[in-house]
Amino acid sequence: EIASLLNMFKHLCGPDKKKLDRPTFRDVLITRFKITDDFLMDRVFKAFDTDNDSYLKAEEWVRGLSIFLKGEVEDLIKYCFIVYDLNGDGYISREEMFHMLKPCVVKQSSEEDPDEGVKELVEIALKKFDLDHDGRCSVADFRGAVHTESLLLEGLGHCLPSDTVSIP
Amino acid sequence: MGQALQRAAQWTSAKDGAGGKLEFTSINEDLLNAILKFVETTGKSTEEASLTFKTPLKWQTSLNPQHFQGSGFSDSGDDVISDNKSSKDDTPLLKLHKLAKDKYEVNISTLGYAEQVLRIAGDKKMVELRGCLEANRDPVVNMLGERFATVETDDNSIFRYIEEITKEIEQNAKQEQTAEGSKSAEVEEKKIVLRLRLKLLRLDEQLMNMSIQKMSSEVRLSPASVDGEVTILKQLSGSDETKCVLEYIDYYGETFVSKNGCRAQPWRQLHGDICYIYVKTHDKDTPLYITANTSGYYLNNGPDPEKPTQLDYTRPDSTTYRDLVSLLKDNSSKFAELIDQQEFTLKVEQNDKKKIEMSEQTEQNEDYQKKKNSYEQNTRNENDQDSDKDKNQKNRTQSKKKLEPSLKWKVLGVDDNKIQEEDKSITKTEKKKRPVQKYKSKTPIDKEEPFSESETESEEEEEAVERRAEANADLPSEYWQIQKLVKYLKGGNQTATIIALCSLRDFNLSLETCQLAIRDVGGLEVLINLLDTEEVKCKIGALKILKEISKNTQIRRAIADLGGLQTMVKILRDTNKDLKCLAAETIANVAKFRRARRTVRQHGGIKRLVSLLDCAGLNKPDMEKDVEVARCGALALWSCSKSKKNKEAMRKAGSIPLLAKLLKSTHEDMLIPVVGTLQECASEPSYRLAIRTEGMIEDLVQNLKSSNQELQMHCASAIFKCAEEKETRDLVRQYGGLDPLVTLLTNIENKELLAAATGAIWKCAISPENVQRFEELKAIDQLVTLLNNQPEEVLVNVVGALGELAKAPPNRMQIRKAGGISPLVNLLTGTNQALLVNVTRAVGKCAEEPDNMIIIDKLDGVRLLWSLLKNQNPEVQASAAWAICPCIENAKDAGEMVRSFVGGLELIVSLLKSEDKEVLASVCAAIANIAKDEENLAVITDHGVVPMLAKLTNTTDDKLRRHLAEAISRCCNWGNNRTAFGREDAVAPLVKYLKSSDENVHRSTARALFQLSKNPENCITMHEAGVVQPLMKMVGSQDEDLQEAAAGCIGNIRRLALANERAKYA
Repeated sequence: EIASLLNMFKHLCGPDKKKLDRPTFRDVLITRFKITDDFLMDRVFKAFDTDNDSYLKAEEWVRGLSIFLKGEVEDLIKYCFIVYDLNGDGYISREEMFHMLKPCVVKQSSEEDPDEGVKELVEIALKKFDLDHDGRCSVADFRGAVHTESLLLEGLGHCLPSDTVSIP
Repeated sequence: MGQALQRAAQWTSAKDGAGGKLEFTSINEDLLNAILKFVETTGKSTEEASLTFKTPLKWQTSLNPQHFQGSGFSDSGDDVISDNKSSKDDTPLLKLHKLAKDKYEVNISTLGYAEQVLRIAGDKKMVELRGCLEANRDPVVNMLGERFATVETDDNSIFRYIEEITKEIEQNAKQEQTAEGSKSAEVEEKKIVLRLRLKLLRLDEQLMNMSIQKMSSEVRLSPASVDGEVTILKQLSGSDETKCVLEYIDYYGETFVSKNGCRAQPWRQLHGDICYIYVKTHDKDTPLYITANTSGYYLNNGPDPEKPTQLDYTRPDSTTYRDLVSLLKDNSSKFAELIDQQEFTLKVEQNDKKKIEMSEQTEQNEDYQKKKNSYEQNTRNENDQDSDKDKNQKNRTQSKKKLEPSLKWKVLGVDDNKIQEEDKSITKTEKKKRPVQKYKSKTPIDKEEPFSESETESEEEEEAVERRAEANADLPSEYWQIQKLVKYLKGGNQTATIIALCSLRDFNLSLETCQLAIRDVGGLEVLINLLDTEEVKCKIGALKILKEISKNTQIRRAIADLGGLQTMVKILRDTNKDLKCLAAETIANVAKFRRARRTVRQHGGIKRLVSLLDCAGLNKPDMEKDVEVARCGALALWSCSKSKKNKEAMRKAGSIPLLAKLLKSTHEDMLIPVVGTLQECASEPSYRLAIRTEGMIEDLVQNLKSSNQELQMHCASAIFKCAEEKETRDLVRQYGGLDPLVTLLTNIENKELLAAATGAIWKCAISPENVQRFEELKAIDQLVTLLNNQPEEVLVNVVGALGELAKAPPNRMQIRKAGGISPLVNLLTGTNQALLVNVTRAVGKCAEEPDNMIIIDKLDGVRLLWSLLKNQNPEVQASAAWAICPCIENAKDAGEMVRSFVGGLELIVSLLKSEDKEVLASVCAAIANIAKDEENLAVITDHGVVPMLAKLTNTTDDKLRRHLAEAISRCCNWGNNRTAFGREDAVAPLVKYLKSSDENVHRSTARALFQLSKNPENCITMHEAGVVQPLMKMVGSQDEDLQEAAAGCIGNIRRLALANERAKYA
């Protein structure tokens, strides 16, 4: 499997390069894994790109995809948390949630403040995630929430391949 | 040709002589023409023309020897024969044989001569051909031999023949050197036969096609089709001019319907009339009178002015219509206009099956709708400011409106098209079957689902739908929160949806307020819509909520109304096991009412649920998911199995072996639904058999010993139902199931368990071997203690068990010792019919012990039993009467006791008017016992027992016969009852009883005959009815009683004869 992932990596990079750049990766996400949200794609790339050089090395690619495709719950929780934790401070704050959930509320009633609905949703989400009631969601909170309700793993945005995607 | 002749040709039904005649109809005319052409072309030139028939075609002809003058023919006596002879047996190929003066019979053996004969006949050739076909119904047999006879099934004789020929050719090739000429000639001949056969087949096909075209163009009416049309129009008639197409429509004349479905008088049926109809349209003052004839509908002149009850059958004009609607259209413009409107409403019918289902609910829905609307208004007033909510509600009302079924769908006008199409297709094949089929198809909805589902359909159906009124007043805070979440469900993407779903689950969904709040804010629709999406996570989330809230009956209905079941059935095929589990569990909850169960079945859900049961490794740890799926499947099937048709569907889907496999599981939560399903299904005999043969009894018994009371309960109740059969009862004993059953009796708290266990004991106790085991286990003492302070379900079974156990004499004593008699007698005052049947039976059995009888008598049990004869339920009446018998037998001063019941004797005699055989038999038995006391006999004679008994004598039921004869024999002992029986014609039927196969009937009949024979008149009647012979046989019987009675009877007859002779010569 690793071999086939590497093959794919080589194929994607082209013959001369050793690294995968952001646009190519985004293509992969869209075509292979049906992750289409711009913002989240960036986040996923960041999560993959552990050394923050804006390129994916072969190792990063394989590690990332192994979690992506065959990850245990614990790995997935960590991965998702990294994706959702926008500023990387170890907590998902209200603002971060707001940012992520903003595109989620599609249908807005005209007379209402569009942000009002999102704020409400954030409150609802926070209630689900913030188990220790400190107004933000830590890794531990996140883990606990996901353990009680597995659906919450992707609770703040679609960042994992759906079940129907098969391993290439 | 054979097929066409048999099927297509119209034969007259009247059989004169050998076969029917061909009717003079255009179809037959065409057939004959085609055959004629065939004979003429093949008969002239080819080799086939000279092929000799196996047997000649013979028929009476109008030709005479003069026609056969000229070369090639010669006279021989009365006959004319051809010069050409058959090569095989030297018989002439044509022979005209004189039968009588001017009556000749012609025999021909080749097609060539057939052609010649027809040519000679000239313009009479049609007559000749007709005669030929009438005399030879299957000419192919004559021509080519029996092997080509026309058969109803697939005809492959021709292929076999080809094979045979090719084989022979091969053989010939092999033995070419030795082959003789004759051999190859034979093959040659066979080839010709084959060719001819093929030609005939082609002709056959042509004929068939031709006649089909013909027939479909003039289909005849049948009573059933007329009936159908009239019923439909009846549904459409009424006084409302806008909605109803007719004012009224009905059959004219007597309401008598003859056996063939016609309503016309028999003499009119000869003319082909089926019935007469009178129709009042909206635009005409006088009704139209229509004759429905087999040839079509036409107007008649209406009632005859001279004879008011009779119709004037003549036709004012000659137009005949194919169907009633077109006749009416032509005669009433208003009708034409209206019916067209109706037709238009119908075109939607097929694409909306859902609506059909809804229609049953129409009324309910409307009611519901009203309340709903008023409720909505209230809330709206309260919360005007909340515009968003308002919008939701509007959405909701809109979506509700969509559900409202059109009232008009029932109006079937367009069906006519359908019928015609059907006509065509069906007439092609089976003309006879047509009326029946068509009738069925015409009312698809009503007939499709006759509400014949099993009694297990509980009353929950009727459970009122609305209990909401009080909730209007103050809405809980949850309501608003839920509304907000549902808004996100509607207006968010998947992420928002998931968050909303998860938050919804935080509410206490088992609370009715939350459940209804979800429904009322339109959440159900969204949840069900989510199931249709591709998002697995959303589906899981939605199902998790649905599973919880579907525990509420109103939600269940709403889910079914919204088409949620269909979607869930679809999900059952998903690959995701979590999804499957949840869907199955939700179905299990929803399918608790009948309509839902039907929906599941109609959408193929049963099959899929059954396939869920199929999991490979049952008790392995790594298969947990599969086991879970199977468990959920079983759970859903359990719910579904409450409908009879579903049970059938489950059986067909192969559920039984799978259930048997799952029964071996060790998980309790798996076993409960499995056993639950089994015990539901065990009400069907086919399942009982399967449960026994698949070896499930052993597992059931095993699980009786489980520690889970619910499981025990279901096992016991499965055994309860299965133990109707003797083999099962034996198996239960062999596997040691009786012991745990008895130990279950100690569970006094769990009434359901108790009811199931006692039920199982009851049924098991039907086998004497089991009774013995129960004795050893001292079940009686325990059962007797259960006679006090138990709910009726338990009591019925306990008493039933005691009744069965009391069949063994020592147990009767045991019941007394345990103090069971008095509670039993007390139960006689109850009202539960099932209980009364069992109690009376048990008391009756106990009364067979004289000591018990004393107690019963003291408790005034007989009076109670007697009063039960007044019960409405014939079963209770019968078992009370049976119970009275041993009481009278064993009571001291029985006669006095019986007399003391005021009106009692009159009551029991009046029961002889009952329609129920069992009641009659039991009452006869009771009367036989009552009549032992002379005074009582006198009283019942006064109440007219003799004619009533006499009236019953014509029965064929052996049980009734036996007790009836017994009663008659006892009643003979008073006054002139013997003569009275003779006068009432009771004697001759009694003699017939001797032919019965039942020994008991013989005995009591012989006794009755012996008593009756003491009257000379009766002796004569008996003798005339041929009593002596069977009685003689019975004198030689093993049974002394029978011997004696038979001999006594013969003696009486003999004595009468002697006295007669003496009188003659004296």
